[in-house]
Amino acid sequence: MKKADLVIIGGGPAGLAAALGAYDAGIKDIILLERDGKLGGILNQCIHNGFGLHRFGEELTGPEYAWKYQQEIFKRNISFLLDTMVLNLSPDRIVTAVNSSDGVFQIQAKAVILAMGCRERSRGALNIPGMRPAGIYSAGTAQKLVNGKGYLPGKKVVILGSGDIGLIMARRMTLEGAQVKAVCEIMPYSGGLNRNIVQCLEDFQIPLKLSHTITQIHGKDRVCGVTVAKVNRSGKPIQGTGEFIECDTVLFSVGLIPENELAKEAGIRLDPVTGGAEVFENRETSFKGIFACGNVLHVHDLVDYVSEEAELAGRSAAKFILEKWKRDGETVTLKRGEGIRYLVPQKLHRESHEALKLYFRVTDVKRNVEIVLRDGKSLLYSKRHPKVAPGEMEYVILTPEIVSRLTNNCVLEMREKEQ
Amino acid sequence: MIYDVAVIGAGVCGALIARNLSRFYLNVCVLEQESDVAMGTTRANSAIVHGGFDAKPGTLKAKLNVEGCGMMPELCGELHVPYRQNGSLVLAFDKEDVKHIHALYERGLVNGVKNLKLLNREELLKQEPNLSEKVLEALYAPSAGIVCPYELALAAIGNAMDNGVHLKLCFKVTGLSKEKEYFCISSENETVKARYVVNAAGLFADEIAKAAGEDGFFIAPRKGEYMLLDKAQGGLVNSTIFQCPSKMGKGILVTPTVDGNLLIGPTSENILDKTDSSTTQQGLEKVASTALKSVPGIQLRTVITSFAGLRACAEKEDFIIEPSKKLKGLIHVAGIESPGLSASPAIARYVMELLKREGISLKANPAFQAERRPLHHCRQMSMEMRNQLIQKEPRFGRVICRCEGITEGEIIEAIHKNPGATTLDGVKRRTRAGMGRCQGGFCTPSVIEILARELGISMEQVTKSGGGSRLLAGKCKAGECVK
Repeated sequence: MKKADLVIIGGGPAGLAAALGAYDAGIKDIILLERDGKLGGILNQCIHNGFGLHRFGEELTGPEYAWKYQQEIFKRNISFLLDTMVLNLSPDRIVTAVNSSDGVFQIQAKAVILAMGCRERSRGALNIPGMRPAGIYSAGTAQKLVNGKGYLPGKKVVILGSGDIGLIMARRMTLEGAQVKAVCEIMPYSGGLNRNIVQCLEDFQIPLKLSHTITQIHGKDRVCGVTVAKVNRSGKPIQGTGEFIECDTVLFSVGLIPENELAKEAGIRLDPVTGGAEVFENRETSFKGIFACGNVLHVHDLVDYVSEEAELAGRSAAKFILEKWKRDGETVTLKRGEGIRYLVPQKLHRESHEALKLYFRVTDVKRNVEIVLRDGKSLLYSKRHPKVAPGEMEYVILTPEIVSRLTNNCVLEMREKEQ
Repeated sequence: MIYDVAVIGAGVCGALIARNLSRFYLNVCVLEQESDVAMGTTRANSAIVHGGFDAKPGTLKAKLNVEGCGMMPELCGELHVPYRQNGSLVLAFDKEDVKHIHALYERGLVNGVKNLKLLNREELLKQEPNLSEKVLEALYAPSAGIVCPYELALAAIGNAMDNGVHLKLCFKVTGLSKEKEYFCISSENETVKARYVVNAAGLFADEIAKAAGEDGFFIAPRKGEYMLLDKAQGGLVNSTIFQCPSKMGKGILVTPTVDGNLLIGPTSENILDKTDSSTTQQGLEKVASTALKSVPGIQLRTVITSFAGLRACAEKEDFIIEPSKKLKGLIHVAGIESPGLSASPAIARYVMELLKREGISLKANPAFQAERRPLHHCRQMSMEMRNQLIQKEPRFGRVICRCEGITEGEIIEAIHKNPGATTLDGVKRRTRAGMGRCQGGFCTPSVIEILARELGISMEQVTKSGGGSRLLAGKCKAGECVK
């Protein structure tokens, strides 16, 4: 069996940054495994700009952002295998993978970083009634067809879900000559970034129908239309509000799911809300020496944050391999309170003595709120936010001093300011 | 040429009949109106091999169900189709139900179902701990099993083709007449001649009969809606779980599939349109709530797809398997609703008897190969076998469908091996590429490319399921510029 210090599963933005983080922290024996034919992951099909503002201070396209990281990988001569699919991960860090040239092979790693990214929720998962004709795609599949293969999936489009990929594809399909008739969103607010609503819908006069959903897909061979209806507060279609929209294509942009089948099979503990592993501040999972970062851990809005988190995971894996990591200290589990949908990391080592960037998402769109960290009744931290939305990932930075005072009773919550 | 036998319809019955015919020195063709086999009733049903206690004693349904159930293990072995004898349970929730399952037990004994057993609550919950606490008693049929219906039909047609049977797809019968010695079966573009005809046209069997000048029966579509859940739910039950049957069918069941998913459904609704396989809000809600009554722990969040199938129901409460009253040499195999899949091997055998009575001469073909070499299933192979295969053909090392672990080699094989896939859905049914939790999100673009390359057609010509189901509208503007 081959051996390696570090195996990284996934060569997208998370895997690339994790490799750099580990390498620069002293680990040279790294194998990066990528299932696609090139490095960069989903960034390769994201040819729009808007990447890298935080990381590089400039607006890059997806492939440009990926290229910057790839060059760093090449410079350091970090080894990677393409068209290589990982089939299994064991709790003691044996990675089984397959490709055309090596067949099925195993690597015993000292540490493993999970960086498999996420997949899109499908139409099936929503149980939208109707026929099953051609012309129904997830937004990411349509993006791959248009940007990766050079083919237009259809000409008259209705998009369900206002996630970022859906918004980006509304613009992309329009630029390619398709007519996007509507973007329907079941929630009373969009799940995408505000800047995408402005730049992808408003600039092209594409209607965004909030509190609307598709109740039926029509067409035997190819989609010929959808019925769109208004929904009530609990998301159920309101009778009599149905409207037929003629179209030949339906795109779904209804959420992303961390692709964690490997982690699940290995028995790594997952957070039911994020769909990713439960991790410590160093991004270590419930299994020693197995780390997770990027969209396989929790779905990020911006690749810049993925890179940042992945570098941290890479450095942590290096520390683990070099046995610099004290793992015996006391651990703390943070609780999420009112208004907080999830927290990452969920746990931390109290004596980490480092500042902690705590990511979270809220449950509702709110204005003028306070994000509060309290231990019982005593307040450890608070920060005012003028506006929060589930579509935008937020974070607070806790100083080493606050971190040292954290206990299992600590709760992060959102408080509405009294008027 | 004049065929000895033409089989109309490539569902599971047509497929098994064709395979039986290929055992003899006969020229046989199968005529199918769709772009692939197994596209009608066989495409979407409960995938259950019933024990045989449900049908009225003395009917063809009762006789052929029990026989078919007994034949299934060996047949699936020869064709290398996964078959699991997981047993079935009919649950009783109240006194009425208890009476009902006792009656079914008695009926099962008359029908000759083996090893039937009534289980009390304690035995039942020990055997199936995830059942509802409210259950009182159950009827257990250990001989029942599960099989994938379209896989069985594909394998049977593939085996028949390997043994010399011709398959003509997209052959929609528009006329059927008899000249002195033979039948003329026409479609829009072609006429096929055959001495004997088997009408196994499923939902359209009445229309074939009508074309032959008969109006003895009428086939009505009855819709059943289903939901398929993630493999993470596949272990909730071991046996197939029924509630008490009614006039409209055997009710909504909860069952594992041979692939390890959990299947719940079907509804039962008489409709008019023989092509309406749409799901409905009400239907899916009913499936969900009824299934939860049997197994309360089902996590509906993990549904990966929903679909509807159509049963081919005759007015008479039995299969119609009989020679035509008008034209000698024509055999009808109609009204094959539940337990049609279970009975299909026995139906195919019975049809041979009827053909003999019609005068066909059967001489065994010594070259007949009963075994069909299956497609490679890389995910089920040992590491050593897999490596040998990849060494011979590296494309078995390139995974295209991540969720189900399907390689390029498997997809190419499905396109070229009898009966070759020509569509996205065809590849999906043969290999499971696109059938996993992402439902083709990642692999669809690659599978379209592979289909276009292997079939020598353009990407735009690739369809989801034949006809007008094209997947792409054309090239992007940028593509035009490059040209």
